[in-house]
Amino acid sequence: FSIDVFKMLDLGVSVNHIHDKLASLSSLQKDFVPFLLNFLREQTSQILTNGPSTPAKTPNSKAHGSQRTGSERRTGHASSSRVQLFSPRTSVTASLPVRRGRRRGSSSVGASGRQGARDLGCSLAEEEDGKSDSASWSGGRRKSSGAPLVSARSPPSQLNLNNLEEFPPMGAASGWAKSKPSRRINPTPVSAERPLSKPKTCFTSTPVSRSPAAHWSAGSSPEAFAAVQEGNLSSVMSNSLQEEREMLKKERYSLRISFDPGTPTKPSYTRSASLPAESHLVTCANPAKVSCKKQLECLAQLYSSCIAENLVPNIFLELFFVLQLLTSKGTSTAEDGDSDPEINVSGRQHFESVHNCVYFAVRVLDYQFEIISHLEKGMLKLLAENERISSFSPTLHKRLRQAYESSTAKVSLLLPCSVQSVSFQPETDNRSNFPSDRAFQVFKKQRDIFYELLREWEDNHEKTVWDFERVLGSKIRAMMAHLSATCNHSRFARLFQKQLIQMCKGPIGGGASWGDTPDQDVLNMLGSDNLSRLKRLQERFVVPQSIRGPCPPPSFPGCQQFFRDFILSAGSYQFNQHLVDSLCLKILELNGLTLVEHDHSDGETDMEEQDEKKRFTVALLSLRLLAKFLGFIVFLPYRTAEQPAGDMPDSALVLRNQTLPVLDILKLLRQSIRDQRSILTIPWIVEYLSLVDHVAPFLDYYRKVFGLLLLMVLSEDKEMSFLNKLLILAVLGWLFQVELFLLCCILSAFPSFSHQDFVPLVDQQLLYTCCPYLSELRKLLASFVAGSGGKNGGFIRKITPTAAESLAPKASVTQQKLQVDLEQAFFHNQPPSLRRTVEFVAERVGSNCVKHIKATLVADLVQRAEAMLQDKVKEEDVNHDKLLEEVCTHLYEEGAQALIKGREFCKKKGPEAVRVLLPEETSAAVLSSAESIAVELATEKACGWLSANIAALIKREVKATFNRMLKVPGFPLPGVDAVELRRDCPPGCQHCAPFPSQMINEIKYVLCVAVGPREEGEVVDYVWLECLLGRLSQTLRCRKFMCPTAEQQLAKCTVELASLLVSDRVPLSLGIKSSEKSPERLRGKNDPTSGLLKLLFSIWKEDFGTSVPVQLIFSKKNVGYLTEAKQREWDLFLFLLHGLTEHELMRTSEIQSCLHSLEELPWPSVSN
Amino acid sequence: MKLSKAQYDEIAQFLGHVQPTRQSLRKLKEKFPSQSQSTLLSIFSQEYQKQIKRTHAKHHTAEAIETYYQRYLNGVMKNAAAPVLLDLANEVDFAPSLMARIVLERFLQEKEQAIPSKTLISSMLRDPSQIPDGVLANQVYQCTVNDCCYGPLVDCIKHAVGHEHEVLLREMLLEKNLSFIAEDQLRAKGYDKTPDFILEVPVAVEGHIIHWIESKASFGDESSHQAYLQDQFWSYWNRFGPGLVIYWYGFIEELDCHRERGILLKDCFPTDIVTLRHSMAQR
Repeated sequence: FSIDVFKMLDLGVSVNHIHDKLASLSSLQKDFVPFLLNFLREQTSQILTNGPSTPAKTPNSKAHGSQRTGSERRTGHASSSRVQLFSPRTSVTASLPVRRGRRRGSSSVGASGRQGARDLGCSLAEEEDGKSDSASWSGGRRKSSGAPLVSARSPPSQLNLNNLEEFPPMGAASGWAKSKPSRRINPTPVSAERPLSKPKTCFTSTPVSRSPAAHWSAGSSPEAFAAVQEGNLSSVMSNSLQEEREMLKKERYSLRISFDPGTPTKPSYTRSASLPAESHLVTCANPAKVSCKKQLECLAQLYSSCIAENLVPNIFLELFFVLQLLTSKGTSTAEDGDSDPEINVSGRQHFESVHNCVYFAVRVLDYQFEIISHLEKGMLKLLAENERISSFSPTLHKRLRQAYESSTAKVSLLLPCSVQSVSFQPETDNRSNFPSDRAFQVFKKQRDIFYELLREWEDNHEKTVWDFERVLGSKIRAMMAHLSATCNHSRFARLFQKQLIQMCKGPIGGGASWGDTPDQDVLNMLGSDNLSRLKRLQERFVVPQSIRGPCPPPSFPGCQQFFRDFILSAGSYQFNQHLVDSLCLKILELNGLTLVEHDHSDGETDMEEQDEKKRFTVALLSLRLLAKFLGFIVFLPYRTAEQPAGDMPDSALVLRNQTLPVLDILKLLRQSIRDQRSILTIPWIVEYLSLVDHVAPFLDYYRKVFGLLLLMVLSEDKEMSFLNKLLILAVLGWLFQVELFLLCCILSAFPSFSHQDFVPLVDQQLLYTCCPYLSELRKLLASFVAGSGGKNGGFIRKITPTAAESLAPKASVTQQKLQVDLEQAFFHNQPPSLRRTVEFVAERVGSNCVKHIKATLVADLVQRAEAMLQDKVKEEDVNHDKLLEEVCTHLYEEGAQALIKGREFCKKKGPEAVRVLLPEETSAAVLSSAESIAVELATEKACGWLSANIAALIKREVKATFNRMLKVPGFPLPGVDAVELRRDCPPGCQHCAPFPSQMINEIKYVLCVAVGPREEGEVVDYVWLECLLGRLSQTLRCRKFMCPTAEQQLAKCTVELASLLVSDRVPLSLGIKSSEKSPERLRGKNDPTSGLLKLLFSIWKEDFGTSVPVQLIFSKKNVGYLTEAKQREWDLFLFLLHGLTEHELMRTSEIQSCLHSLEELPWPSVSN
Repeated sequence: MKLSKAQYDEIAQFLGHVQPTRQSLRKLKEKFPSQSQSTLLSIFSQEYQKQIKRTHAKHHTAEAIETYYQRYLNGVMKNAAAPVLLDLANEVDFAPSLMARIVLERFLQEKEQAIPSKTLISSMLRDPSQIPDGVLANQVYQCTVNDCCYGPLVDCIKHAVGHEHEVLLREMLLEKNLSFIAEDQLRAKGYDKTPDFILEVPVAVEGHIIHWIESKASFGDESSHQAYLQDQFWSYWNRFGPGLVIYWYGFIEELDCHRERGILLKDCFPTDIVTLRHSMAQR
């Protein structure tokens, strides 16, 4: 006899029956569901010690959210569970009824003791089997097996092993291939609630066979108990509503009819096998010891139907509860199933034993198999390895195992998150996009300050003494003041929003460290193969393991904290407003993402679908993040520390009912439902709503929103992709649990409607990323690991998309419209990739076309304008603006060329790109159509832009060039000289001449010595100087390292040097060479200096690329040097003048005019 | 070359109150023969500038200016050929070029009966021939030529050195086949703060990915590095991501502490460069 058979026989009938009942008694639903949930919580309150208590739905519709404190909401930190939100009776779950436990323990010492030993035996067997990683665990436990009594008696207070934070459970690690299932050892729950229990465990029994079948065969007809305890149910319901009682009676009746229970007998096995137990170990749940099976089955069906019909506020909360039951540790002494029937009749306990709880849990899990099978792989593994499941329902076990083996849904909550800056976008961030220089400067500065703050936060926020507001508050406000002064908030808000997305879209709110990429050393050590292992290990450490229950309050984890605190510290109305604008804009943009359905007949869809999913995931995560911040800011002003006092502030309600929300989420929600894309919209709307203030939910607008969301849950479509559905249910369940007020409007009459299927875009990774609290389920299971395994075949649950995006355009009359329609029609029967390719090509080619025009035509025009401007600027002191306008007008006509060139460009490039991107096999006709459409679209885009903007573009570029031209520092407008500067190195130049800087430095040294002051005997060696000039010549010839300023400086310095030479200011040490040279004096100038001068002439003439300011020789200062010189130097001066004219460095007339102007200077009356 | 903080401190301490003359430079080289000349000069220049910054205000009080001007006038009255201004600057521990500027400004103020524009003064310092007084022109020229830390000549040398190293770096990038966008191109595109080179395809240097390279033809000491981080490097990071700074004349080892965060320091062109295979295959 198998439970499953029983289930199969009955499930269809009873569930349908219940469903009908529920439907017909819709007025009852309202109270029945909460009643059922609370009933279950109450019943199980004593047995559940694992994990946090799960809140039930309270039937009291007026008890909304009264316990929620404002500060908790404001900071979002509150770790206090929402459990507190619920009616006080649920809190019973936390404490154990010591009295009852004690009484029972003593009353059945003999029986339960033996059971305990048996259980312990099992546990020890597990321990022996398990090659556990947790050495400390097993070590401790082994010891206890050697000295059992000591261990058992040890005061529980010493043992904190069931503290899951200090001893995080290990993930199950056993492989299927092992013949012997390896199991993890569980922490022994020793809770303080049982200090008085008597440790009477006996360790004599040997490990029993662990085969599930053995349990089954050992236990005699479990249904026997059901019959004994028949009638329980009604007494349980005695304090409940009459209607429910009636219903349950009918249910029970129907169950009884469907299978007649046998005679109530107490199987001897149970009794004999039982020993008194106050086990510190996990009780070994035994299917044979289940009592009230029938009632439990009935409850399981009822409960499952509620879940299946989405009548519970949060299905995952219920699943969590069920798993709690499954993993309950059996603290009650009644787990031997030996309790008197009388107690059950009068004492309303169906869940008093672990066996019953597990039985119930396994039944529910069986009913909810579809949901479970869609959870992530690790979770499935834990379930498949759960020995309670395998012993209570081998079929479910088998199904789970198959689901696990076929599952590909690996989930990692530790996605790599490397923090990067928002890259500088020259198109939008450059000066021309700002109204003034000052605005541009301020923006540049704010950007840097912003990152500085971010870095500071990154460095310090984890330190205890560091306080955001204290350290950064004033800086942020100063920044805001600057932004206000230049009306730059919108730009900064955009940067802020971009950085927010960049840093926080990861699953756990963005990493808190900058360097998330693995260390090079670690990489070298492990090799990249082991990197994934390393990642898992890291995840193990980083992702919190403590079980906090599946309903965490909204929070701002990781880097999000920075952004939240920034907003709070800034406290700037302008900034918030612009940020809201920016957030809304981005939300609308992302929410408009096209969800493309993929035709599975197409071979390439796999990749496309993957891309699509990726795009969807990115959009969804970004949307949720943005929406959370939007909600945060929008409801920030109304945030109150406390729930508004007793009576609702009517005036506030009336007023706020008049205002419209920034973002019409109701409209967006409706649209999304209509367009079958609520899978994208609902998750972010939920994030937005999770931050509402206390009053907002009572506003008409938000009432409608919540109502609509609720309706989504109740009427969810069976056709919808299952994972899509799960995501929606999970986020909505979370919201409803967060926003308790919803309970007040639950099940109000809404018109029924049906929303249809969605493109299946959600996978487990996304589901768990959006709802990290789902992994609480896994953590709960992991904390109770008992392994068992085997390998088996699998099955794949395939999700077939059925949505179709409507592309059919409306009929039109004009030819143009007809063309558009034809185009649409053309795409309609082609794979969607074709359309995207064409659109993509058009978009890119169009954009490239504009860039190309800018780089060629416009650049040419600007260059011409530059030449024109240079001439005119030199001419006279003209009005610059007018000049600019004049030149530009001249160029506009030629700008019209842009359209022609643009068209050519598109026509050339478009087809090339399309051909490359489309499959080779595309038919010629399709290809040519695609090409021409792409060209058409690209041309439209490019020429549209060009015709509208070419004039402005030319003007902008010319103006920028002109401004640069005027601003060039250090030297005058580069005219002809500039052209000269573009000389090349001589052929074969090795670029090994001394650097210009070196030459300036050396000449500077000579000048230094020349102008003094000199040290005693300080001279300049003639040969060295000659050599210096030779190197200078080389330096000047090689153009590689030359820059204009250096060359000009060199020119100036050499002129100075010449002046100093002719006035005998350079203390040359002649050495031997001079005596050799002295006989062959040129032009009668018998001085070595003339040799140097000749070198200089040649350098000036041949080597300089810039004009040499030789006229400086005639400056008052330099002529002044001469006036102090002796006659000999005047000869040198003449030689210099000759040289200048000879080398065509100066014309004679120029020299004459220079000399002439010297006469006008005041000269000392006595000259040499 | 990289210096440890201790090595650097030793040099900096020696530089205490050295005057910025060619003689001082010679002494410095004798004292630290193992260090490269340009490194020493760079450190010297930085240390001297720090000292000048500290005392700048002191020399610009109205009283000080008046004193200097009177001392100059008296000095040239006695002997116009003597290095009056230069000696004065050395005596009061101030940069000769800056002293020349003070006196020139004061001189023009008296002559023109108005406060002269900064551009005019700068222009006269660059080309003392424009100075209407011959004696002052000589004095000023003597100051600017002799100053090895301030003045138009030094500025020009610094500029040239910077330019030369940029060219060197460009050559090395070309040699390594690393395609880049140079600063002037970036400016033309409208970028506001731009490093010398942005790599079109990022590479990994010593295991760190870099997007840009900045060439600094100076020694990286604490204060200049902090200032660069603040004004340039972090700004580049903010815009382009992690990058590499090459201090051609070395830096204090301990400053290379932002590698993990994305600012890498080197004193030469790196040898350990890993490129993206894909982009290399195309070459």
